[in-house]
Amino acid sequence: MKPETPLDMRHSAGAIAAIMTVVLLSGAAFAYSAGWVSPRRLTPAKLVASLAPPTGSALGHRRNHAKGICFTGHFEANGIGRTLSHALVFNAGQYPVVGRFNTATADPNSSDGIQRVRGIGLKISTPDGREWRTAMIDAPFFPVSTPQAFYELQIASKSTNPDAMKEFTAHHPEITHFGAWAKSAAWTGSYAEEQYNALNAFRFLDSSGGSHTVRWSLVPRSNVTAVPPEELAKRDPDFLETEITQRVSVSPIQWDLVITVAEPEDPTTDPSKMWPDTRRTINVGTLVVNRIEPERDGPCRDVNFDPTVLPPGITTSGDPFPAARSAAYSRSFNSRTAEYKYYPRSMSVDTSERAHP
Amino acid sequence: MTSPDQSRFALPQRLLHWLMAICILAMLFIGVGMVSTITPKYLTLLSIHKPLGIAILLLAILRIGMRVRYGAPTLPAGLPEPIKLSARLSHYFLYALMVMMPLIGWGMLSAAGYPVIVAGVQLPAILPISDILHTLLWNLHFYLAFAFFALILIHTAAALFHALIRRDGVFQTMTP
Repeated sequence: MKPETPLDMRHSAGAIAAIMTVVLLSGAAFAYSAGWVSPRRLTPAKLVASLAPPTGSALGHRRNHAKGICFTGHFEANGIGRTLSHALVFNAGQYPVVGRFNTATADPNSSDGIQRVRGIGLKISTPDGREWRTAMIDAPFFPVSTPQAFYELQIASKSTNPDAMKEFTAHHPEITHFGAWAKSAAWTGSYAEEQYNALNAFRFLDSSGGSHTVRWSLVPRSNVTAVPPEELAKRDPDFLETEITQRVSVSPIQWDLVITVAEPEDPTTDPSKMWPDTRRTINVGTLVVNRIEPERDGPCRDVNFDPTVLPPGITTSGDPFPAARSAAYSRSFNSRTAEYKYYPRSMSVDTSERAHP
Repeated sequence: MTSPDQSRFALPQRLLHWLMAICILAMLFIGVGMVSTITPKYLTLLSIHKPLGIAILLLAILRIGMRVRYGAPTLPAGLPEPIKLSARLSHYFLYALMVMMPLIGWGMLSAAGYPVIVAGVQLPAILPISDILHTLLWNLHFYLAFAFFALILIHTAAALFHALIRRDGVFQTMTP
Protein backbone atom coordinates (compact mmCIF):
# COMPACT_ATOMS: atom_id res chain seq x y z
CA MET A 1 0.00 0.00 0.00
CA LYS A 2 1.15 3.52 -0.72
CA PRO A 3 1.70 5.84 2.26
CA GLU A 4 -1.37 7.73 3.34
CA THR A 5 -1.67 11.39 2.36
CA PRO A 6 -3.87 13.92 4.22
CA LEU A 7 -6.43 13.52 1.43
CA ASP A 8 -6.55 9.74 1.99
CA MET A 9 -6.94 10.29 5.71
CA ARG A 10 -9.81 12.68 5.18
CA HIS A 11 -11.36 10.15 2.86
CA SER A 12 -10.86 7.40 5.47
CA ALA A 13 -12.51 9.49 8.17
CA GLY A 14 -15.53 9.98 5.91
CA ALA A 15 -15.63 6.28 5.09
CA ILE A 16 -15.45 5.29 8.75
CA ALA A 17 -18.29 7.69 9.53
CA ALA A 18 -20.30 6.13 6.69
CA ILE A 19 -19.66 2.60 7.97
CA MET A 20 -20.60 3.55 11.51
CA THR A 21 -23.78 5.19 10.25
CA VAL A 22 -24.80 2.03 8.39
CA VAL A 23 -24.16 -0.13 11.46
CA LEU A 24 -25.92 2.24 13.87
CA LEU A 25 -28.95 2.70 11.63
CA SER A 26 -29.27 -1.07 11.17
CA GLY A 27 -29.03 -1.57 14.91
CA ALA A 28 -31.61 1.15 15.52
CA ALA A 29 -34.03 -0.39 13.03
CA PHE A 30 -33.58 -3.74 14.74
CA ALA A 31 -34.19 -2.20 18.16
CA TYR A 32 -37.33 -0.55 16.81
CA SER A 33 -38.64 -3.87 15.44
CA ALA A 34 -37.97 -5.52 18.78
CA GLY A 35 -39.97 -2.81 20.53
CA TRP A 36 -37.02 -1.65 22.64
CA VAL A 37 -37.66 1.98 21.77
CA SER A 38 -41.47 1.70 22.04
CA PRO A 39 -42.16 1.31 25.77
CA ARG A 40 -45.89 1.75 25.12
CA ARG A 41 -46.13 -1.25 22.79
CA LEU A 42 -48.24 -3.98 24.36
CA THR A 43 -45.93 -6.98 24.19
CA PRO A 44 -46.80 -10.57 25.10
CA ALA A 45 -44.40 -10.19 28.05
CA LYS A 46 -46.31 -7.18 29.40
CA LEU A 47 -49.70 -8.80 28.88
CA VAL A 48 -48.66 -11.99 30.65
CA ALA A 49 -46.93 -10.10 33.46
CA SER A 50 -50.16 -8.17 34.08
CA LEU A 51 -51.89 -11.44 34.99
CA ALA A 52 -49.51 -12.19 37.84
CA PRO A 53 -50.99 -12.00 41.34
CA PRO A 54 -49.36 -9.53 43.78
CA THR A 55 -47.36 -12.42 45.23
CA GLY A 56 -45.87 -13.22 41.82
CA SER A 57 -46.57 -15.88 39.19
CA ALA A 58 -46.84 -19.51 40.24
CA LEU A 59 -43.66 -20.90 38.71
CA GLY A 60 -44.08 -23.87 36.41
CA HIS A 61 -47.80 -23.20 35.95
CA ARG A 62 -49.92 -21.53 33.29
CA ARG A 63 -49.99 -17.79 33.84
CA ASN A 64 -53.78 -17.76 33.76
CA HIS A 65 -56.33 -20.56 34.19
CA ALA A 66 -53.52 -21.97 36.31
CA LYS A 67 -55.64 -24.47 38.20
CA GLY A 68 -56.87 -27.37 36.13
CA ILE A 69 -57.28 -31.07 35.64
CA CYS A 70 -56.66 -33.21 32.54
CA PHE A 71 -59.10 -35.36 30.63
CA THR A 72 -59.11 -37.59 27.61
CA GLY A 73 -61.97 -38.63 25.40
CA HIS A 74 -63.08 -38.16 21.86
CA PHE A 75 -65.07 -35.94 19.56
CA GLU A 76 -67.75 -37.80 17.67
CA ALA A 77 -68.58 -35.82 14.54
CA ASN A 78 -72.00 -36.36 12.99
CA GLY A 79 -70.91 -35.16 9.55
CA ILE A 80 -73.24 -32.14 9.47
CA GLY A 81 -70.35 -29.72 10.07
CA ARG A 82 -69.20 -30.45 6.50
CA THR A 83 -71.82 -27.99 5.25
CA LEU A 84 -69.84 -25.19 6.92
CA SER A 85 -66.24 -26.38 6.86
CA HIS A 86 -64.21 -28.92 4.93
CA ALA A 87 -62.08 -29.59 8.04
CA LEU A 88 -61.52 -33.34 8.38
CA VAL A 89 -62.68 -33.15 12.00
CA PHE A 90 -66.26 -32.64 10.74
CA ASN A 91 -66.31 -35.85 8.70
CA ALA A 92 -68.54 -38.32 10.54
CA GLY A 93 -66.27 -40.29 12.86
CA GLN A 94 -64.40 -40.33 16.16
CA TYR A 95 -61.35 -38.20 16.83
CA PRO A 96 -59.22 -38.39 19.99
CA VAL A 97 -59.30 -35.47 22.41
CA VAL A 98 -56.93 -34.31 25.13
CA GLY A 99 -58.38 -31.56 27.27
CA ARG A 100 -58.29 -29.68 30.51
CA PHE A 101 -60.96 -28.30 32.83
CA ASN A 102 -59.83 -25.17 34.64
CA THR A 103 -60.77 -22.12 36.64
CA ALA A 104 -59.86 -18.60 35.52
CA THR A 105 -57.25 -17.80 38.12
CA ALA A 106 -53.50 -17.24 38.15
CA ASP A 107 -53.29 -19.20 41.41
CA PRO A 108 -53.02 -23.00 41.01
CA ASN A 109 -53.97 -23.43 44.69
CA SER A 110 -57.07 -21.29 44.69
CA SER A 111 -60.41 -22.48 46.05
CA ASP A 112 -62.76 -23.76 43.35
CA GLY A 113 -65.79 -22.29 45.11
CA ILE A 114 -64.73 -18.67 44.69
CA GLN A 115 -63.84 -18.78 41.00
CA ARG A 116 -66.62 -17.27 38.95
CA VAL A 117 -65.27 -18.29 35.53
CA ARG A 118 -64.59 -21.89 34.56
CA GLY A 119 -63.02 -23.03 31.35
CA ILE A 120 -62.14 -25.95 29.11
CA GLY A 121 -59.19 -26.49 26.76
CA LEU A 122 -59.46 -28.99 23.90
CA LYS A 123 -57.03 -30.54 21.48
CA ILE A 124 -58.81 -32.61 18.84
CA SER A 125 -56.54 -34.65 16.55
CA THR A 126 -57.36 -36.04 13.12
CA PRO A 127 -55.62 -38.90 11.32
CA ASP A 128 -53.88 -36.48 8.92
CA GLY A 129 -51.82 -35.21 11.88
CA ARG A 130 -53.63 -31.90 12.08
CA GLU A 131 -55.11 -30.51 15.29
CA TRP A 132 -57.87 -28.21 16.38
CA ARG A 133 -57.09 -26.50 19.65
CA THR A 134 -59.58 -24.29 21.43
CA ALA A 135 -59.91 -22.79 24.88
CA MET A 136 -63.38 -21.75 26.00
CA ILE A 137 -65.01 -20.31 29.12
CA ASP A 138 -68.46 -20.56 30.69
CA ALA A 139 -69.22 -16.83 30.40
CA PRO A 140 -71.50 -16.08 27.42
CA PHE A 141 -69.39 -13.08 26.34
CA PHE A 142 -65.99 -11.60 27.11
CA PRO A 143 -65.56 -8.80 29.69
CA VAL A 144 -63.92 -6.37 27.26
CA SER A 145 -63.85 -5.51 23.55
CA THR A 146 -60.13 -5.49 22.78
CA PRO A 147 -56.90 -7.13 23.93
CA GLN A 148 -55.60 -3.69 24.94
CA ALA A 149 -58.68 -3.23 27.18
CA PHE A 150 -58.06 -6.67 28.71
CA TYR A 151 -54.55 -5.55 29.63
CA GLU A 152 -55.86 -2.29 31.08
CA LEU A 153 -58.42 -4.29 33.07
CA GLN A 154 -55.64 -6.32 34.69
CA ILE A 155 -53.77 -3.15 35.60
CA ALA A 156 -56.89 -1.38 36.93
CA SER A 157 -58.16 -4.35 38.93
CA LYS A 158 -54.79 -4.70 40.68
CA SER A 159 -54.29 -0.96 41.15
CA THR A 160 -54.05 0.59 44.60
CA ASN A 161 -55.80 3.66 43.23
CA PRO A 162 -59.39 3.37 44.52
CA ASP A 163 -60.71 5.09 41.39
CA ALA A 164 -58.84 2.84 38.93
CA MET A 165 -61.80 0.56 38.21
CA LYS A 166 -64.20 3.49 37.98
CA GLU A 167 -61.92 5.10 35.39
CA PHE A 168 -61.55 1.82 33.55
CA THR A 169 -65.33 1.37 33.41
CA ALA A 170 -65.77 4.90 32.09
CA HIS A 171 -63.50 4.02 29.16
CA HIS A 172 -64.74 0.46 28.69
CA PRO A 173 -68.44 0.46 29.60
CA GLU A 174 -68.86 -3.08 28.18
CA ILE A 175 -67.38 -4.39 31.42
CA THR A 176 -70.66 -3.59 33.23
CA HIS A 177 -72.46 -6.31 31.22
CA PHE A 178 -69.92 -8.81 32.39
CA GLY A 179 -70.31 -7.59 35.96
CA ALA A 180 -74.07 -8.11 35.68
CA TRP A 181 -73.58 -11.62 34.30
CA ALA A 182 -71.12 -12.49 37.09
CA LYS A 183 -73.62 -11.33 39.72
CA SER A 184 -76.78 -12.89 38.30
CA ALA A 185 -75.82 -16.05 36.39
CA ALA A 186 -76.39 -19.36 38.16
CA TRP A 187 -73.42 -21.27 39.58
CA THR A 188 -73.21 -25.05 39.30
CA GLY A 189 -71.39 -27.67 41.33
CA SER A 190 -69.64 -29.36 38.39
CA TYR A 191 -67.43 -28.82 35.37
CA ALA A 192 -69.85 -31.25 33.67
CA GLU A 193 -72.78 -28.86 34.00
CA GLU A 194 -71.21 -25.83 32.35
CA GLN A 195 -71.74 -24.54 28.87
CA TYR A 196 -68.36 -23.48 27.46
CA ASN A 197 -68.19 -20.79 24.79
CA ALA A 198 -65.41 -19.96 22.35
CA LEU A 199 -66.19 -16.28 22.52
CA ASN A 200 -64.00 -15.44 19.56
CA ALA A 201 -65.16 -15.48 15.98
CA PHE A 202 -63.40 -17.78 13.49
CA ARG A 203 -63.94 -18.47 9.83
CA PHE A 204 -65.14 -21.81 8.49
CA LEU A 205 -64.30 -22.53 4.86
CA ASP A 206 -66.58 -24.96 3.05
CA SER A 207 -65.63 -27.20 0.14
CA SER A 208 -67.36 -24.97 -2.42
CA GLY A 209 -65.20 -22.01 -1.46
CA GLY A 210 -67.75 -20.36 0.83
CA SER A 211 -66.67 -18.70 4.06
CA HIS A 212 -68.75 -18.49 7.26
CA THR A 213 -67.94 -16.46 10.34
CA VAL A 214 -68.78 -18.58 13.37
CA ARG A 215 -68.46 -18.99 17.11
CA TRP A 216 -68.84 -22.33 18.88
CA SER A 217 -70.08 -23.62 22.20
CA LEU A 218 -70.09 -26.87 24.13
CA VAL A 219 -73.61 -27.43 25.46
CA PRO A 220 -73.74 -29.91 28.37
CA ARG A 221 -75.86 -33.06 28.12
CA SER A 222 -75.63 -33.42 31.90
CA ASN A 223 -78.51 -32.12 34.00
CA VAL A 224 -77.74 -28.65 35.27
CA THR A 225 -78.50 -27.83 38.89
CA ALA A 226 -77.97 -24.33 40.23
CA VAL A 227 -76.10 -24.17 43.52
CA PRO A 228 -75.93 -20.95 45.57
CA PRO A 229 -72.37 -19.54 45.54
CA GLU A 230 -72.42 -19.25 49.34
CA GLU A 231 -72.74 -23.00 49.50
CA LEU A 232 -69.95 -23.59 46.92
CA ALA A 233 -67.64 -21.30 48.90
CA LYS A 234 -68.00 -23.69 51.87
CA ARG A 235 -67.02 -26.78 49.88
CA ASP A 236 -63.57 -28.35 49.70
CA PRO A 237 -61.11 -26.11 47.76
CA ASP A 238 -60.74 -28.84 45.11
CA PHE A 239 -64.38 -29.90 44.95
CA LEU A 240 -64.63 -29.34 41.18
CA GLU A 241 -61.71 -31.70 40.54
CA THR A 242 -62.93 -34.33 42.99
CA GLU A 243 -66.47 -34.14 41.61
CA ILE A 244 -65.50 -34.49 37.93
CA THR A 245 -63.14 -37.37 38.74
CA GLN A 246 -65.89 -39.27 40.54
CA ARG A 247 -68.53 -38.46 37.94
CA VAL A 248 -66.42 -39.60 34.98
CA SER A 249 -65.31 -42.75 36.81
CA VAL A 250 -68.97 -43.80 36.88
CA SER A 251 -69.79 -42.99 33.26
CA PRO A 252 -68.56 -40.76 30.44
CA ILE A 253 -69.96 -37.24 30.21
CA GLN A 254 -70.97 -35.44 27.05
CA TRP A 255 -71.43 -32.06 25.41
CA ASP A 256 -72.89 -31.09 22.05
CA LEU A 257 -70.58 -28.99 19.92
CA VAL A 258 -72.82 -26.27 18.54
CA ILE A 259 -71.70 -23.85 15.83
CA THR A 260 -73.38 -20.44 15.60
CA VAL A 261 -73.21 -18.73 12.20
CA ALA A 262 -73.01 -14.93 12.07
CA GLU A 263 -75.12 -12.75 9.84
CA PRO A 264 -73.33 -9.94 7.99
CA GLU A 265 -74.50 -7.30 10.48
CA ASP A 266 -73.22 -9.16 13.56
CA PRO A 267 -70.25 -7.87 15.59
CA THR A 268 -67.58 -10.38 14.62
CA THR A 269 -64.54 -8.53 15.93
CA ASP A 270 -65.79 -7.89 19.47
CA PRO A 271 -66.23 -10.90 21.78
CA SER A 272 -67.91 -8.74 24.43
CA LYS A 273 -70.95 -8.53 22.12
CA MET A 274 -73.24 -11.54 21.81
CA TRP A 275 -74.97 -12.40 18.56
CA PRO A 276 -78.78 -12.52 18.56
CA ASP A 277 -80.39 -15.78 19.80
CA THR A 278 -82.07 -16.17 16.43
CA ARG A 279 -78.83 -16.96 14.62
CA ARG A 280 -78.56 -20.28 12.83
CA THR A 281 -76.96 -22.94 15.03
CA ILE A 282 -75.70 -26.33 13.92
CA ASN A 283 -74.95 -29.27 16.18
CA VAL A 284 -71.88 -30.86 14.60
CA GLY A 285 -71.15 -33.65 17.07
CA THR A 286 -70.51 -34.74 20.62
CA LEU A 287 -67.57 -34.31 22.95
CA VAL A 288 -67.23 -37.40 25.12
CA VAL A 289 -65.02 -37.21 28.22
CA ASN A 290 -64.21 -40.64 29.58
CA ARG A 291 -61.09 -40.31 31.71
CA ILE A 292 -59.83 -37.73 34.22
CA GLU A 293 -56.18 -37.45 35.24
CA PRO A 294 -54.45 -35.02 37.61
CA GLU A 295 -52.54 -32.33 35.73
CA ARG A 296 -49.18 -33.00 37.36
CA ASP A 297 -48.59 -36.18 35.35
CA GLY A 298 -51.50 -35.83 32.97
CA PRO A 299 -51.56 -35.62 29.16
CA CYS A 300 -52.78 -31.99 29.10
CA ARG A 301 -49.92 -30.67 31.17
CA ASP A 302 -47.64 -29.88 28.24
CA VAL A 303 -50.37 -28.73 25.88
CA ASN A 304 -50.63 -25.07 24.98
CA PHE A 305 -54.32 -24.67 24.06
CA ASP A 306 -53.40 -22.01 21.52
CA PRO A 307 -56.63 -21.05 19.74
CA THR A 308 -54.77 -20.40 16.49
CA VAL A 309 -53.75 -24.06 16.09
CA LEU A 310 -56.45 -24.82 13.53
CA PRO A 311 -56.91 -27.48 10.84
CA PRO A 312 -57.38 -26.61 7.15
CA GLY A 313 -61.01 -25.49 6.84
CA ILE A 314 -60.90 -23.25 9.92
CA THR A 315 -59.02 -19.94 10.08
CA THR A 316 -58.86 -16.88 12.29
CA SER A 317 -61.15 -13.99 11.38
CA GLY A 318 -61.13 -10.24 12.01
CA ASP A 319 -61.45 -10.89 15.75
CA PRO A 320 -58.18 -9.59 17.23
CA PHE A 321 -58.27 -11.86 20.29
CA PRO A 322 -57.00 -15.19 18.91
CA ALA A 323 -53.74 -13.55 17.78
CA ALA A 324 -53.31 -11.83 21.15
CA ARG A 325 -54.11 -15.03 22.99
CA SER A 326 -51.70 -17.02 20.82
CA ALA A 327 -48.88 -14.55 21.51
CA ALA A 328 -49.60 -14.50 25.25
CA TYR A 329 -50.15 -18.27 25.57
CA SER A 330 -46.83 -18.84 23.84
CA ARG A 331 -45.11 -16.56 26.32
CA SER A 332 -46.81 -18.38 29.21
CA PHE A 333 -45.84 -21.75 27.75
CA ASN A 334 -42.20 -20.74 27.25
CA SER A 335 -42.00 -19.48 30.84
CA ARG A 336 -43.63 -22.45 32.49
CA THR A 337 -41.73 -25.08 30.50
CA ALA A 338 -38.50 -23.33 31.51
CA GLU A 339 -39.68 -23.60 35.13
CA TYR A 340 -40.44 -27.34 35.02
CA LYS A 341 -38.35 -27.87 38.16
CA TYR A 342 -40.84 -25.84 40.20
CA TYR A 343 -43.72 -28.11 39.19
CA PRO A 344 -42.10 -31.53 39.13
CA ARG A 345 -43.87 -34.58 37.89
CA SER A 346 -44.54 -37.00 40.73
CA MET A 347 -42.01 -39.78 41.37
CA SER A 348 -44.71 -42.44 41.23
CA VAL A 349 -45.10 -42.16 37.48
CA ASP A 350 -43.81 -45.22 35.74
CA THR A 351 -42.56 -43.71 32.50
CA SER A 352 -42.04 -47.07 30.82
CA GLU A 353 -45.71 -47.85 31.36
CA ARG A 354 -46.77 -44.49 29.96
CA ALA A 355 -44.69 -45.07 26.86
CA HIS A 356 -46.37 -48.43 26.21
CA PRO A 357 -49.99 -48.13 27.31
CA MET B 1 -11.53 -24.81 -0.76
CA THR B 2 -9.96 -21.77 -2.40
CA SER B 3 -8.87 -21.62 -5.98
CA PRO B 4 -6.08 -19.06 -6.33
CA ASP B 5 -6.87 -18.13 -9.93
CA GLN B 6 -10.35 -17.01 -8.98
CA SER B 7 -10.84 -13.28 -8.46
CA ARG B 8 -14.54 -13.34 -7.62
CA PHE B 9 -17.15 -15.73 -6.26
CA ALA B 10 -18.97 -17.60 -9.03
CA LEU B 11 -22.11 -15.88 -10.33
CA PRO B 12 -24.57 -18.34 -8.71
CA GLN B 13 -22.73 -17.85 -5.41
CA ARG B 14 -22.99 -14.06 -5.70
CA LEU B 15 -26.68 -14.14 -6.58
CA LEU B 16 -27.41 -16.58 -3.76
CA HIS B 17 -25.46 -14.42 -1.30
CA TRP B 18 -27.60 -11.35 -1.97
CA LEU B 19 -30.86 -13.30 -2.10
CA MET B 20 -30.06 -14.88 1.25
CA ALA B 21 -28.92 -11.55 2.69
CA ILE B 22 -32.41 -10.20 2.05
CA CYS B 23 -34.09 -13.34 3.40
CA ILE B 24 -32.00 -13.54 6.57
CA LEU B 25 -32.27 -9.86 7.43
CA ALA B 26 -36.04 -10.01 6.87
CA MET B 27 -36.14 -13.14 9.00
CA LEU B 28 -34.32 -11.54 11.93
CA PHE B 29 -36.49 -8.42 11.83
CA ILE B 30 -39.65 -10.55 11.59
CA GLY B 31 -38.46 -12.66 14.49
CA VAL B 32 -37.85 -9.84 16.96
CA GLY B 33 -40.93 -8.04 15.70
CA MET B 34 -43.35 -10.92 16.09
CA VAL B 35 -42.40 -11.75 19.67
CA SER B 36 -42.96 -8.13 20.68
CA THR B 37 -46.56 -7.73 19.54
CA ILE B 38 -49.99 -9.16 20.38
CA THR B 39 -51.73 -7.60 17.37
CA PRO B 40 -52.88 -9.75 14.42
CA LYS B 41 -49.49 -8.90 12.87
CA TYR B 42 -48.17 -11.60 15.20
CA LEU B 43 -49.91 -14.34 13.23
CA THR B 44 -49.00 -12.78 9.87
CA LEU B 45 -45.32 -12.50 10.81
CA LEU B 46 -45.31 -16.02 12.23
CA SER B 47 -46.81 -17.35 9.00
CA ILE B 48 -43.92 -15.76 7.06
CA HIS B 49 -41.24 -16.68 9.61
CA LYS B 50 -41.72 -20.44 9.33
CA PRO B 51 -41.68 -20.94 5.53
CA LEU B 52 -38.92 -18.33 5.18
CA GLY B 53 -36.89 -20.29 7.73
CA ILE B 54 -37.27 -23.50 5.76
CA ALA B 55 -36.39 -21.62 2.55
CA ILE B 56 -33.21 -20.29 4.19
CA LEU B 57 -32.32 -23.81 5.35
CA LEU B 58 -32.64 -25.17 1.80
CA LEU B 59 -30.77 -22.22 0.29
CA ALA B 60 -28.01 -22.58 2.90
CA ILE B 61 -27.52 -26.23 1.99
CA LEU B 62 -27.39 -25.25 -1.68
CA ARG B 63 -24.96 -22.46 -0.83
CA ILE B 64 -22.60 -24.68 1.11
CA GLY B 65 -22.70 -27.13 -1.79
CA MET B 66 -21.70 -24.31 -4.15
CA ARG B 67 -18.93 -23.23 -1.82
CA VAL B 68 -17.53 -26.76 -1.94
CA ARG B 69 -17.98 -26.89 -5.71
CA TYR B 70 -16.70 -23.42 -6.67
CA GLY B 71 -14.56 -22.45 -3.67
CA ALA B 72 -13.82 -18.85 -2.72
CA PRO B 73 -11.35 -16.24 -3.97
CA THR B 74 -8.22 -15.89 -1.87
CA LEU B 75 -7.97 -12.92 0.43
CA PRO B 76 -5.39 -10.22 -0.51
CA ALA B 77 -1.86 -11.15 0.47
CA GLY B 78 -1.41 -7.87 2.32
CA LEU B 79 -4.23 -8.61 4.76
CA PRO B 80 -2.87 -9.33 8.28
CA GLU B 81 -3.21 -12.96 9.36
CA PRO B 82 -5.56 -12.30 12.34
CA ILE B 83 -7.96 -10.46 10.01
CA LYS B 84 -7.83 -13.33 7.52
CA LEU B 85 -8.53 -15.80 10.31
CA SER B 86 -11.47 -13.82 11.68
CA ALA B 87 -12.84 -13.40 8.15
CA ARG B 88 -12.73 -17.17 7.62
CA LEU B 89 -14.16 -17.95 11.05
CA SER B 90 -16.96 -15.43 10.74
CA HIS B 91 -17.97 -16.95 7.40
CA TYR B 92 -18.09 -20.44 8.92
CA PHE B 93 -20.20 -19.10 11.81
CA LEU B 94 -22.56 -17.48 9.34
CA TYR B 95 -22.93 -20.73 7.37
CA ALA B 96 -23.49 -22.63 10.62
CA LEU B 97 -26.18 -20.20 11.79
CA MET B 98 -27.97 -20.33 8.41
CA VAL B 99 -28.35 -24.08 8.81
CA MET B 100 -28.79 -24.27 12.58
CA MET B 101 -31.36 -21.54 13.20
CA PRO B 102 -34.12 -23.12 11.07
CA LEU B 103 -33.34 -26.57 12.50
CA ILE B 104 -33.42 -25.21 16.08
CA GLY B 105 -36.74 -23.48 15.37
CA TRP B 106 -38.19 -26.66 13.87
CA GLY B 107 -36.90 -28.72 16.79
CA MET B 108 -38.25 -26.19 19.28
CA LEU B 109 -41.78 -26.39 17.82
CA SER B 110 -41.52 -30.19 17.79
CA ALA B 111 -40.44 -30.32 21.45
CA ALA B 112 -43.36 -28.05 22.37
CA GLY B 113 -45.83 -30.44 20.75
CA TYR B 114 -47.12 -27.93 18.20
CA PRO B 115 -48.01 -29.22 14.75
CA VAL B 116 -45.28 -27.80 12.51
CA ILE B 117 -47.23 -26.16 9.70
CA VAL B 118 -45.15 -24.41 7.07
CA ALA B 119 -47.06 -22.60 4.32
CA GLY B 120 -49.96 -24.98 4.84
CA VAL B 121 -47.79 -28.10 4.72
CA GLN B 122 -47.26 -30.17 7.84
CA LEU B 123 -43.67 -31.14 8.56
CA PRO B 124 -42.87 -34.10 10.80
CA ALA B 125 -41.78 -33.55 14.39
CA ILE B 126 -37.99 -33.92 14.55
CA LEU B 127 -37.82 -34.20 18.36
CA PRO B 128 -39.99 -35.71 21.09
CA ILE B 129 -42.12 -33.48 23.32
CA SER B 130 -39.92 -32.29 26.19
CA ASP B 131 -39.87 -29.30 28.53
CA ILE B 132 -36.10 -29.53 28.82
CA LEU B 133 -35.43 -29.70 25.07
CA HIS B 134 -37.96 -26.96 24.37
CA THR B 135 -36.35 -24.64 26.88
CA LEU B 136 -32.84 -25.34 25.63
CA LEU B 137 -33.79 -24.82 21.98
CA TRP B 138 -35.90 -21.77 22.71
CA ASN B 139 -32.96 -20.12 24.45
CA LEU B 140 -30.62 -21.07 21.62
CA HIS B 141 -33.05 -19.73 19.00
CA PHE B 142 -33.45 -16.49 20.95
CA TYR B 143 -29.82 -15.74 21.79
CA LEU B 144 -28.33 -17.02 18.53
CA ALA B 145 -30.68 -14.67 16.66
CA PHE B 146 -28.97 -11.71 18.32
CA ALA B 147 -25.55 -13.25 17.73
CA PHE B 148 -26.56 -13.74 14.07
CA PHE B 149 -27.58 -10.11 13.72
CA ALA B 150 -24.39 -8.90 15.45
CA LEU B 151 -22.32 -11.07 13.11
CA ILE B 152 -24.14 -9.64 10.10
CA LEU B 153 -23.39 -6.10 11.31
CA ILE B 154 -19.71 -6.96 11.71
CA HIS B 155 -19.73 -8.66 8.30
CA THR B 156 -21.31 -5.56 6.76
CA ALA B 157 -18.84 -3.22 8.46
CA ALA B 158 -15.94 -5.39 7.28
CA ALA B 159 -17.27 -5.49 3.72
CA LEU B 160 -17.60 -1.72 3.68
CA PHE B 161 -14.13 -1.39 5.19
CA HIS B 162 -12.78 -3.34 2.23
CA ALA B 163 -14.91 -1.36 -0.22
CA LEU B 164 -14.34 2.16 1.07
CA ILE B 165 -11.08 2.16 2.99
CA ARG B 166 -8.80 -0.65 1.86
CA ARG B 167 -10.25 -0.70 -1.65
CA ASP B 168 -8.54 -4.02 -2.14
CA GLY B 169 -11.13 -5.78 -4.31
CA VAL B 170 -12.53 -8.01 -1.55
CA PHE B 171 -15.93 -6.31 -1.70
CA GLN B 172 -16.00 -6.75 -5.48
CA THR B 173 -15.62 -10.53 -5.11
CA MET B 174 -19.25 -10.62 -4.01
CA THR B 175 -20.90 -7.75 -5.89
CA PRO B 176 -23.60 -9.04 -8.26
